[in-house]
Amino acid sequence: MQVTLHQDKCVASGQCVLAAQDVFDQRDLDGVAVLLDERPPAELHDDVRQAAAVCPALAIALADA
Amino acid sequence: MNTPGNVVVVGASVAGLTAAVTLRTLGYDGRLTLIGDEPHTPYNRPPLSKQILAGTWEPDRIKLRTDEELSDLDARLLFGRSAIGLDTAARRVVLEGGDSVSYDALVIATGVTPNSLPGAHHLAGVHLLRTLDDALALRADLRHKPDVKVAVVGAGFLGSEAAVAARRMGLDVTMIDPRPVPMRRQFGDRIAGLVGRLHTKNGVSMRCGTGVRRFFESGGRVTGLELTDGTLLDADVVVVAIGAAPAIGWLAGSGLELGNGVECDPTCRAAPGVYAAGDVASWHNDHFGCRMRLEHRLNATEQAQAVARNVLGEGQPFAPVPYFWTDQYDAHIQAYGIFPSDAELAVLHGELEGGHFVVAYGHRGVVVGVLGWNSPCELRKLRQLVVDRAPWTSILPTPRAVWPGRHLSASLR
Repeated sequence: MQVTLHQDKCVASGQCVLAAQDVFDQRDLDGVAVLLDERPPAELHDDVRQAAAVCPALAIALADA
Repeated sequence: MNTPGNVVVVGASVAGLTAAVTLRTLGYDGRLTLIGDEPHTPYNRPPLSKQILAGTWEPDRIKLRTDEELSDLDARLLFGRSAIGLDTAARRVVLEGGDSVSYDALVIATGVTPNSLPGAHHLAGVHLLRTLDDALALRADLRHKPDVKVAVVGAGFLGSEAAVAARRMGLDVTMIDPRPVPMRRQFGDRIAGLVGRLHTKNGVSMRCGTGVRRFFESGGRVTGLELTDGTLLDADVVVVAIGAAPAIGWLAGSGLELGNGVECDPTCRAAPGVYAAGDVASWHNDHFGCRMRLEHRLNATEQAQAVARNVLGEGQPFAPVPYFWTDQYDAHIQAYGIFPSDAELAVLHGELEGGHFVVAYGHRGVVVGVLGWNSPCELRKLRQLVVDRAPWTSILPTPRAVWPGRHLSASLR
């Protein structure tokens, strides 16, 4: 799985961190999401899919890798 | 488990689309139909009152799915078609034009319809803001000549964000609301007062505590309005943002319980084989022990996911901690939970006058909400208080660690 995060779309909701805290974090300054792992291990894929699904800004894109 | 072989989803915005997508993600391989009354493919609404209105984004950027992804959904897509009736006995949805679509399981996700002001909407220059077409029409009107004077009627989320967008375009903006401060219903007096000051500081003329008495026109176009306090205002463009009502008119006579939305049980089920999700759904949220209907972006997603699971037989209550946000000038305001008008307030981080803070809302002895103002990371961490229904008294000493001796408690009434 290849994860792409579009920070210019992010609204700092933090939903991705709640869904997958090993893969996403938030910048202290403005809460914009930060991608910690572009190719997360298989056991985190369901969490990452949920993070992408609940992002209210559609800022997370997933592709097969 | 009794999996339906034929699921119909009515409503193709976030909730409807998410229900359809989630069914496929969960392995549902039966027939699937998605019906939406707008001609556009599904799009995201929050940017309509922000980037789309301000002109910084074009419509392509808010599509919820590409055409290819929609095709991969392997669903019958009926866009630009309105559902006008429901026969729950025969399990059929009636469409405008007379066609009907049968179902084994139905998901109702028809959202809300904006309230209008009597006697105003026949005039050019008077706008509602719900759909992409609404936003584009309003945007064009805001640009139709220099020095446009804008009146925004209603100071909730939508009206406030529309005022922000118009001010960003350099326009003269007046915001009118019968309540004493903007966003009072959402946040309570204390925080709403800060929002009011923010608008004033950014050049919006606030007319709170007054309503609209009548509109003036010339040649079929609005030219101004008279307020109930007698004030006369010039206006070239009027944005009417006075709330919305659940889109349930098409369900009259269906036998479903209709009140403030489609009334559902805690699993979002309205009748055998019938579920509701998103803005239109009223259900009992067991976490807070009360019935609610939310017009929040995240709720549309989460409730639709829960409904998809329940359509497939899971039967689990949907009991989320709600989340919403609004962007106004330099303030990014986010909130988790519920915000009753008689809640108590305590500052947990920062200070109210400092531009960065988190406040907790206490009701009946527990924390029911936390609201952050330019404090997204701190807010996310404090969300757990709402999840845990933390005793109100237990949080009052905690600010000492963050902010010695400065915690504050005030009634929001």
